[in-house]
Amino acid sequence: MGQLTLGLINGAFYAVLSLGLTVIFGMLRVINFTHGAQFTLGAFGAWMLLHYLKVPYWASLVIVPLVMALLGGLVERLLLKRLYEMNHLFQLLLTFGLAQMIEGTLAVLYGSSGKPFDNPMPGGMDLGFMFMPYYRAWVVVASLVVCLGTWWAIERTRLGAYLRASTDNPDLVRTFGIPVPRLMTLTYAFGVGLAALAGVLAGPIDQVKPSMGSGLIITVFAVVVIGGMGSIMGSIVTGFTLGLLEALTKVYYPPASSVVIFLVMAAVILVKPAGLFGRQP
Amino acid sequence: MRQYSKLIFAALALVLLVAPLLVYPIFATKLLCFALFAAAFNLLFGQAGLLSFGHALFFGGAAYCTGYALKTWGWNTEWAVLLGVVFATLAGVVVGVLSIRRQGIYFAMITLALAQMFYYFCVGAPFTGGDDGISAIPRRPVFGVIDITDDRTLYYVVAVTFFVAFALIYRIIYSPYGQVLRAIRDNEARAVSLGYAVDRYKLIAFVISAALAGLAGSLKVLVFRLASLVDVGWSTSGEVILMTLVGGIGTVFGPLVGAGFILTMQSYLQGYAQWVPVIQGLVFVVMVMLLPKGVVGEFMARVFKVQPAQVK
Repeated sequence: MGQLTLGLINGAFYAVLSLGLTVIFGMLRVINFTHGAQFTLGAFGAWMLLHYLKVPYWASLVIVPLVMALLGGLVERLLLKRLYEMNHLFQLLLTFGLAQMIEGTLAVLYGSSGKPFDNPMPGGMDLGFMFMPYYRAWVVVASLVVCLGTWWAIERTRLGAYLRASTDNPDLVRTFGIPVPRLMTLTYAFGVGLAALAGVLAGPIDQVKPSMGSGLIITVFAVVVIGGMGSIMGSIVTGFTLGLLEALTKVYYPPASSVVIFLVMAAVILVKPAGLFGRQP
Repeated sequence: MRQYSKLIFAALALVLLVAPLLVYPIFATKLLCFALFAAAFNLLFGQAGLLSFGHALFFGGAAYCTGYALKTWGWNTEWAVLLGVVFATLAGVVVGVLSIRRQGIYFAMITLALAQMFYYFCVGAPFTGGDDGISAIPRRPVFGVIDITDDRTLYYVVAVTFFVAFALIYRIIYSPYGQVLRAIRDNEARAVSLGYAVDRYKLIAFVISAALAGLAGSLKVLVFRLASLVDVGWSTSGEVILMTLVGGIGTVFGPLVGAGFILTMQSYLQGYAQWVPVIQGLVFVVMVMLLPKGVVGEFMARVFKVQPAQVK
């Protein structure tokens, strides 16, 4: 049963990260390779605030995503924006380079071994059939709230409607006087903020280390391919489901647990190349 | 450029011949392995427009096969290298069939994910030696007569192989087949409407590229006498992309120049190994922002007024 909560937690991170990728991709047509590094930066940001400035975890949960979103907006304005006219693969290469720089710098500064992060919510409760640490429950609940909140903001608000419209036809939306370039900056900033938030949430679960994002993001890419980047709900559902599937594999056939998501991806590509919730471009 | 091809290849042969007199033979051999790797990658990215983020699978997988065959089975060098190439070819078929079902960014993500799956497989598999890898791999005589324990002899064996493979790539680029590949890259829908079996063309390009990347990985084993997890990791896939980007995507000699640049940089940074990823990331960003055509691509555009189609 403990494996299942771990699966739910992994699923929560898959969901939040693939959600961020989907939102950014929908608007900018960019796959943000830096997403994993931004996740890592989120975790390190919270750790640094706690370590150097004694800022408590709960404050970091708000501060770090906001600061990271601001930095993300800058990256979009200064770098990504200049590449929109070029082949989209160049944006992938740019964000890959940025990811290497961030991860490499953190490794130089803090070494590749992990930094311990104190659990802000020690203890747990006995559910009868299993023991549930409070912090794990919090991560799952918080991720769900964030995911559903994002879904609501995009599918049910006016700003979300602008976003969806600009995804379908940016030129037409511009003629209505809606500042599409600003929306793009905001979208990228928001996606980066989501990644950083996931990073802060992930900090206390395990150690904080420079390589925590890069392995995770490749798995999230597979999740995104499985779900298809067509729908917000799709990426949320796929994320949680695959996290659970991975945990179940760990219980029943441990050697396959690290590759099961990739195998599912291969099967999905063969049967439905556009992904489970995707639209064929 | 084609009218100069004899001249170009004569010059290349001359450079290959005298290179070990100018630089350390081991460095020159290493450079040729990575140049071949990058040229194989560039055949796929530059000509077919398919950005593979998983070429480490073929490079590292072939390295493991060759290393294992040489060390544990005691095979001869030529058969062990062939085994690596065969592995890379078969892996190329599997990965290719799956990944060419999607285009562009999805293609990149799928190849990356499949390569990462192979990486996890190698971490757990008993024959890869885990974190230590397969080390102290013997250099057996090639064809039973050419003794490659001497670094300079090894260099010439690798140089001849490189020359043949490079000529093959050149031949493919300027063949009618290469023409069709570029047509697909520039406008896939049009190629389909003209009646080309687009997927088959792409798959063949993918498999050739994978096989040559495998050849590069197998040769690398002879140089370093080591096959390890680094060879199959995503950073190796990133490195080959960087070499191609620096040299010039879609250019014939770009991969050679790019590999030279990156390896020289790495050897200068030897004392500061932990900074290498940071600087490589920075080179990525600088190249994409300021010189997306790459060094050779920019040179060709300025001097010969040849525009690489890839960068719009």
